Amino acid sequence: MTTDQTGPDQTEPDRTGPDGLPEAAQDGAAVPMAAAPAEPALAALELTVRFNAPGGRTARAVDGVNLDLRPGEILALAGESGCGKTTVARTLLGLERPTAGGITFQGRPLQYGTKALKAYRRDAQLVLQDPTGALNPRHTVYDAVAEGLRIHGIHDNERDRVADALSRAGLRPAEKFFLAYPHELSGGQRQRVVIAGALVLDPKIIIADEPVASLDASVRGEILALLMRLRDDLGLSAVVVTHDLGLAWNIADRIAVMYLGRIVEIGSVDEILTAPQHPYTRALVSVLPDSPVGEPQVLAGEPPDATDVPGGCRFHPRCPALAGGEAEAAGVADDCRRTELPVLPLGQAGTSCHLVAARAQAVAATP
Amino acid sequence: MTTGATEKDDTKEGSGAVRPTLEIDDLRITYRGSRGEIPAVRGISLSLNPGDTLGLAGESGCGKSTVAAAVLRLLPPGTEVTGRILLDGEDILAMSFGKLRAVRWAGASIVFQGAMHSLNPVHRIARQIAEPIVLHEGIGREAAERRAVELMSQVGLPSWRAQSYPHELSGGQRQRVMIAMALACAPQLIIADEATTALDVMIQAQVLRLLKQLVSERHIALVMISHDLSVLADTCERLAVMYAGRLVEHGPSREVFAGARHPYAQALSAAFPTVGDPAERRNPHGLAGDPPDPGNLPSGCSFHPRCPVVMDECSTATLALRAARDDWQAACLRVDGPEAVAAPTLLTKGDA
Repeated sequence: MTTDQTGPDQTEPDRTGPDGLPEAAQDGAAVPMAAAPAEPALAALELTVRFNAPGGRTARAVDGVNLDLRPGEILALAGESGCGKTTVARTLLGLERPTAGGITFQGRPLQYGTKALKAYRRDAQLVLQDPTGALNPRHTVYDAVAEGLRIHGIHDNERDRVADALSRAGLRPAEKFFLAYPHELSGGQRQRVVIAGALVLDPKIIIADEPVASLDASVRGEILALLMRLRDDLGLSAVVVTHDLGLAWNIADRIAVMYLGRIVEIGSVDEILTAPQHPYTRALVSVLPDSPVGEPQVLAGEPPDATDVPGGCRFHPRCPALAGGEAEAAGVADDCRRTELPVLPLGQAGTSCHLVAARAQAVAATP
Repeated sequence: MTTGATEKDDTKEGSGAVRPTLEIDDLRITYRGSRGEIPAVRGISLSLNPGDTLGLAGESGCGKSTVAAAVLRLLPPGTEVTGRILLDGEDILAMSFGKLRAVRWAGASIVFQGAMHSLNPVHRIARQIAEPIVLHEGIGREAAERRAVELMSQVGLPSWRAQSYPHELSGGQRQRVMIAMALACAPQLIIADEATTALDVMIQAQVLRLLKQLVSERHIALVMISHDLSVLADTCERLAVMYAGRLVEHGPSREVFAGARHPYAQALSAAFPTVGDPAERRNPHGLAGDPPDPGNLPSGCSFHPRCPVVMDECSTATLALRAARDDWQAACLRVDGPEAVAAPTLLTKGDA
């Protein structure tokens, strides 16, 4: 089930080449639904999104991201708030226009015309964090789920489609919920209604932004199990944006960890969460309860501002490996401070870190 | 007000037998609203000595925040409260309002979840931290603001932030301001109600580490309320799990988290996967059903409609905590631990 077991391992020194092409970059990774490397369902290529910030500054919210979503996989996009993960998700959905780079859906570049976007939004559905905010309190469950059908002008079999979507989302018997209002439902049921609203259009991709963060703990698992079931039964691909590494461990196949607009580490969940390479990922994993990674390493300070991205490796001001002298010992401390790292290539596991690259090279040089 | 503070200082200095900082005895709280009477807390007993840390876990509507609000008598008027709450031996429920004001901040303080909404947007940080100091210790504003800056450095905020407004701070920094305020009048008890829930993992780790350190340095008793069992298990020595207004499990936190006896506590700890545990990989655990409506509770054990191991008796039996071990209790018919007598303050007495 795991990806990348036979692929090039994460420490292969030349993996950080900046110009990996989608085809060339496939490393034979196996995802549950597709044995052979398939064309990504959705991909971001050298994606850059900038915003104007007050005072004439520019926030580099997403600053060069290669990301592929393979058919039938669940990809977790993790990182602290402000790292750009939600902006990536919004851009993947066409809600945000890239400043540079682009999105491809099933191999074709995403078009931003009104008609093309509308068509795309049948295929790629968004599930938001807070189901209470996502539902109109004055619409019944039926209307909430049917809304997407009406927007897309699908009028045949509306009732059946709504009932089907509700039962796939685990609200059974569906008819019992048709006339309910959101306030009559529990938090878990509301999130199921939101998911049903996404399913009713038979999407190929679901992008879920913190799908269980506002739910009660005991209900959380049920919604996550539902997302996994949708993948298994309908072959949906999903990007799950989360700060919660436990969630990634629970349901995701691969994980991309973002820091300040860049992916710093990407690969299979099994590898990255049990043996993280990047010092930032290591720190994130280390503060988990019963962490698989040694002593908790609490990083000082807060994620820096996207309007003021540090030079060199953007993580270097907070990097425990640099502060602790490991980078110095490996002879890369100057690189950490001055040499910018290339963007991780598309479609491969990798770590964007001078120290990790230097160590891998050292291992390769001493056979 | 100052008398209240000095009185407590005396008792704090007095050595000898340990008097519990907080003693809650058969606390029952009923809200009265348009939907009639809602029993939010249905007989809870707890006790904390100086330096004790207790995690109070449960889902929304289980009554955990109601317990916190009751300790400082912050419940809406008309709410019926019975039982006893003793803060350093003094009965909170019987206290005059003037005395109560002295106890708030100086005896016990609460850190709430939404630091954004708890801070006044038009006052500078130092002034807000200084406010309870001015009120409780009767010292001048300038001296109080100097103390505020000291407190800020103790919680890891740079002193130049003293003249900032809340909106200029990040979420983690604002939460630190709340902790500094909670510490301002040197209370014996801090209640942290979902104090780190809205924070990022790394900032949460920073704030928790800080809280842990301050509590042990100053011998403060800490009640930490959260839905996140894994955070509580990591921060507190003891863990109490609430369901539908009652304690269903209470014991040493690492052990409860790893091997809860009550099926609900088991489900709750399973909801927080241990990253790296192969058993939980691609295997999210949930509990069917939803937390019960406090206005319409199931009969018998309130958990029985959702319980995966329910027995016939569960729908009728009324349950108190039973000893699973001498320092560990659970309210489940399936628990029959040693006959050892549990610490009496930990038991729920009687049943309605």
